[in-house]
Amino acid sequence: MSNRNIQKPGRILETINQDGLDRRGLLKCMAWAGAGVLWTVSGGVPRSLGIGDAYAATQGLTFAQISDTHIGFNKDANPHPETTMAEAVARIRGAKPSFVIHTGDITHLSKAGQFDTAQQIIKDIGSDVHYVPGEHDWLDDGKAYLERHGTGTKGNGWYSFDSQGVHFIALINVVGFKAGSLTSLGADQIAWLKDDVSGLAASTPIVVLAHIPLWAVYPSWGWGTADSAEALGSLSRFGSVTVLNGHIHQVLQKVEGNVTFHTARSTAYPQPAPGAAPSPGPLKVPADRLRTVLGVREVNYVEGQTPLALVDTPLSA
Amino acid sequence: MNNFHSYFNRSASLRRSIVLTAVGACAALAILLTVGGIRYRAADAAEASTVQIENYQFLPNTLTIRVGGSVTWVNRDGDVHSITADDTPPTFKSGGLDTDDKFSFTFTKAGTYAYHCSLHPHMTGKIIVQ
Repeated sequence: MSNRNIQKPGRILETINQDGLDRRGLLKCMAWAGAGVLWTVSGGVPRSLGIGDAYAATQGLTFAQISDTHIGFNKDANPHPETTMAEAVARIRGAKPSFVIHTGDITHLSKAGQFDTAQQIIKDIGSDVHYVPGEHDWLDDGKAYLERHGTGTKGNGWYSFDSQGVHFIALINVVGFKAGSLTSLGADQIAWLKDDVSGLAASTPIVVLAHIPLWAVYPSWGWGTADSAEALGSLSRFGSVTVLNGHIHQVLQKVEGNVTFHTARSTAYPQPAPGAAPSPGPLKVPADRLRTVLGVREVNYVEGQTPLALVDTPLSA
Repeated sequence: MNNFHSYFNRSASLRRSIVLTAVGACAALAILLTVGGIRYRAADAAEASTVQIENYQFLPNTLTIRVGGSVTWVNRDGDVHSITADDTPPTFKSGGLDTDDKFSFTFTKAGTYAYHCSLHPHMTGKIIVQ
């Protein structure tokens, strides 16, 4: 089967298909055209989606990912992240997702007012929102975050839920940082995870949410999780595992066997590519470029077609 | 001549006295200044010292101060940092420091205090209190 992907200006389309247990998916970057990048993988059925006007009716489950809204940030890189978050929300609302996931750094300083503002803006989508906290949301040891988003969660806020046959697992990796090392999930959380998936059929698609990447994107900047291999090991029997992270404010992906990892853009400010600057942190770009480096993500799952299809759209599209 | 000679002698001894007194005074002054200076430097070291947070590093990485002295951390990064002592419960904890925010802590007990940023744990530093 050949793979055709329709390129839409301003959109990044990723369709990653795998032929069952065949690990020979080949990622090819086809072309740069304006603001769009076309990715294709050999083998599998093409699927195209878009947020906005050319949005095709979808079957199956569609949800949106928004990340790193950093409400309360007010420096040069973006003095008004609430404005760009509202733009992101307007885009997502147009796509009518079943629900939204927020992969953390909702606020910049864990302040009550910042959490409230974020919730006010996001409720405009009109769908349920499932959160995981970022380290910026845990400056008061998680008090404000858990007050708002801790109901029904375990430990420091982990939980799982199901939607249309897909099992979602929300993990917390921004608590109890040990000095000098990468963050970790911790033994309790990994034990819970093992138990949580123990009764599921291997054909169940799994989506894992966590703020900090669950693969070693760039350890010297803290971009990784020390014990993620152990956690993902307990998911190795599943045919499709999609990991959705935030934290690094840019889209990076990795395919490792049955697991695909995707980090997301922020709606507040970009960060440098790994190693491209002396340190991570807010990166100022010219004002007319800001919205090209901020964005949201739409994810679609059609039963029987693994893995999930993702479309990343910058705010400028 | 005799007068002059005796005068001269008196002057010599007077000069000697003056010189001795002057030397003594200088010595005393020197000692006073040195001791006073040591006391001044000690007071200086016991006062505030500053750690700059820049490019996700604590500068200086290791800082030595005297017991009773205080350290002020200043965040010069565009990102938030949170200074947290390594021990449990942490001896000191700044909470979220935004750009240009400061946090001070006075060390009343000698020891070595390792700390890190609770948002970016690869950032570590040390305060040695003597």
